[in-house]
Amino acid sequence: MSVSNDREEAPGGAADREQGAAGQPLLSLSDVEKSFPGVKALRGVRFDLRAGEVHALMGENGAGKSTLMKIITGVYQPDSGEMRVSGEPVSVPDPRAAQALGIGIIHQELFLMNHLTAAQNIFIGREPRKGFGLFVDEQQMRADADALFRRMKVDIDPDVEVGTLTVARQQLVEIAKALSFNSRVLIMDEPTSALNETEVEHLFAIIEDLKRQGVGIVYITHKMDEVKRIADRVTVMRDGQYIDTLPAATTDMATIISLMVGRELADSTRAEGRGAEEEVLRVEGLNRGQVIRNVSFSLRRGEILGFAGLMGAGRTEVARAIFGADPIDSGEITIHGRRQAISSPKDAVALGLAYLSEDRKHFGLVTGMSVSDNITMASWRRFTKGRVFMDDARLREASKDYVARLKVKTPSVFQETRLLSGGNQQKVVIAKWLLRDCDILIFDEPTRGIDIGAKAEIYKLLQGLAAQGKSIIVISSELPEVLRLSHRILVMCEGRITGELDGREATQESIMHLATLRPSIAAE
Amino acid sequence: MTDITLEQAGAKKSSLFSTAALQKGVAFVVLIALLAFFSIFTENFAAWNNMVNIMQATAVNGVLGVAVTFVIISGGIDLAVGTMMTLTAVMAGLVLTNLGMPLPVGIAAALASGGVMGLISGSAIAKLKIPPFIATLGMMQISRGLALVFSGAKPIYFNSTPNYKYLSPESSISSLIPGFEVPNGVFIMFGVAIAASIVLNRSLFGRYIFALGSNEEAARLSGVNVDFWKILTYALSGAICGVAGLLISSRLNSAQPALGLGYELDAIAAVVIGGTSLSGGRGTILGTIIGAFIMSVLTNGLRSMGVQEEWKIVVTGVIIMVAVFVDIILRRRA
Ligand SMILES: Nc1ncnc2c1ncn2[C@@H]1O[C@H](COP(=O)(O)OP(=O)(O)OP(=O)(O)O)[C@@H](O)[C@H]1O
Ligand SMILES: [Mg+2]
Repeated sequence: MSVSNDREEAPGGAADREQGAAGQPLLSLSDVEKSFPGVKALRGVRFDLRAGEVHALMGENGAGKSTLMKIITGVYQPDSGEMRVSGEPVSVPDPRAAQALGIGIIHQELFLMNHLTAAQNIFIGREPRKGFGLFVDEQQMRADADALFRRMKVDIDPDVEVGTLTVARQQLVEIAKALSFNSRVLIMDEPTSALNETEVEHLFAIIEDLKRQGVGIVYITHKMDEVKRIADRVTVMRDGQYIDTLPAATTDMATIISLMVGRELADSTRAEGRGAEEEVLRVEGLNRGQVIRNVSFSLRRGEILGFAGLMGAGRTEVARAIFGADPIDSGEITIHGRRQAISSPKDAVALGLAYLSEDRKHFGLVTGMSVSDNITMASWRRFTKGRVFMDDARLREASKDYVARLKVKTPSVFQETRLLSGGNQQKVVIAKWLLRDCDILIFDEPTRGIDIGAKAEIYKLLQGLAAQGKSIIVISSELPEVLRLSHRILVMCEGRITGELDGREATQESIMHLATLRPSIAAE
Repeated sequence: MTDITLEQAGAKKSSLFSTAALQKGVAFVVLIALLAFFSIFTENFAAWNNMVNIMQATAVNGVLGVAVTFVIISGGIDLAVGTMMTLTAVMAGLVLTNLGMPLPVGIAAALASGGVMGLISGSAIAKLKIPPFIATLGMMQISRGLALVFSGAKPIYFNSTPNYKYLSPESSISSLIPGFEVPNGVFIMFGVAIAASIVLNRSLFGRYIFALGSNEEAARLSGVNVDFWKILTYALSGAICGVAGLLISSRLNSAQPALGLGYELDAIAAVVIGGTSLSGGRGTILGTIIGAFIMSVLTNGLRSMGVQEEWKIVVTGVIIMVAVFVDIILRRRA
């Protein structure tokens, strides 16, 4: 690599412990530049990866992490810069070339074919054959997929249509696919953003395993504890620039954060107070097939109610049912003391409900439309002249306001949303519901993919809204987030509410206990 | 005509670079190139008279193209535009000739019948969840059949309504500007196009059409009344087919019930050449109008060159493929 006097290679550096000074890095990049219309995404970035290490890549939303990885895997072409694999200069004109070089990636945005099965998705383009190569050996393929899932200790049917899986499970399929390539370099772009604790543990076990086999892993995340747990080195990027590379073990997290954000972050505080007594939403006896079983709860004015539970516990389903997105079998919903029949999201929004979906790409954003259109979409009626024509000036002002408030990184509010980084897209969905100004907000995984700084801002914002008298339901797989935000916590397991905890008294352990209290087992 | 050139809101800022603008630019360049080519290589092509012929010939396809542009941007398709046009012409004929009603009632009958047919297709799609291709294929047969039934399978002439010809072939403007013999139908086409782009780019309805075509589920979860706007889109499209019905029957001075099949494909071709994406969420009215002009310039030019009618059809097919190919190239680069 051209930059041989990198500080991380200084004599005796702790980062050297995984691999001696001898040998070329598995992968190295230098002076990588990349511009998009109106955005300079990468300016002279360098990066290197050794065999058998986990190299964490961190930086704020829009720092250029995903772009760098897409260059490595041939999704984008760099404007300039050099890439070497095992010391040899290479060019990666397309993703196939990257695969041939032994580079695999789990993308931040899922790239799966919804109508194919899990096994078909994993082996697409390289299906095992039989009958003189004319037929796909379905049985073999299924067995291979099954073996992968078993190795990951997840329970997914290889024959299930991927479109019917939740985002979290789709992410697991994507991980299985990347593993199936037997890559020497494996890139994981926020792989745990949709996984729960147990699955994260499984993933970490897999990563340890791969490390031992000498696979180099690039690990992009916004979660500090994960970096502490598994990373050997950390590279920080800011505004498309390389900032520094540090050994993970000996660097304290505050240093990394300040390198990322360029300033210190205030410590997080737990929720204060508990909301008024006035009940704004009451759900009684909600049922839907096997996924929602007799769910009852109430939400008070000014309260933040956390919903915790493992993936598939039914939290999203409850939210969608209340919002009228899915039909229910039975149940009563009372809003501000009046019973309501909500048969579609339109009714729900009219009653002052908002639902931020966990799946922003399919349900949250109209990615082909502008940032401005997306932020204002749920409120378009308010931005008309004479209820017919759009008032574009006011639309622009309102969306600019929210872009500034949530620090959405975009060249303009007219940028197509699909061109924003993942975290910035998430901010756009949040902005949409903040602008709509609803009384009851249901936020499903609101900070998925959002960087540490912005997360703190969003927490403050949610607490501010609650203080103003809005009522908020937060569904989150991140226990620290639930604990940090909630006045009260409901824990679900297998479609039932298994317990209620006071926000101030709850602990990760008490939540996990309830989250695994399988009613199906308890009943026996 | 500035309103037509307005981009979809999302692209307004960088309209010079947006793919829709580029595609329209490409379509426009193709149109100019074709005009130049035929002017140089054939004798009478560039004559004013012939230009008027071309405009006249574009009017019906242009209006039908506008109708189907709405539906395609909303993420659907409408195969019934040609036969709905015929049915609306027959309705006008029944009201004017058979019932002897005054002209405005005939016009209203055409627009309303088109709107109702569209409303039915739209409801079948939004409420019964029948895929647009199937629902409008059904509507294509229904309207074709009804046109034949209502007219007794015979043309209805507008001889008792002498003013009827003012809808299309007659040129009112030539009495103001002598020699400027542009038929009224051409002005009606441009009027429809301008109104349509205002609706599409400026109105709440237009914004919903783009949202539906880009991600219907996200729009629904934003509280948008998806079914309502979808039905409205098809109804509007149907009413615009009513305008086309008036134009074509005025030009022929008769409602021809057997006509109509095949017009939908020409209209869809104009839309596609004009850069509207068949997968929805992206497109412009100006593009469609340019697309319609390209098709009639080709027809007319090849005819003046003495090329067989059959070859003209082949060339049109090639142009459609080239246009879409260029669109794909441009989109990949952006
Ligand atoms: N195809 C594109 N066209 C235009 N701009 C783009 C494109 N892809 C990325 N960008 C811009 O480049 C910048 C870097 O984006 P990137 O996706 O690499 O960020 P990131 O570090 O992965 O952020 P996050 O943590 O939110 O995922 C952002 O400002 C983004 O808007
Ligand atoms: Mg990213």
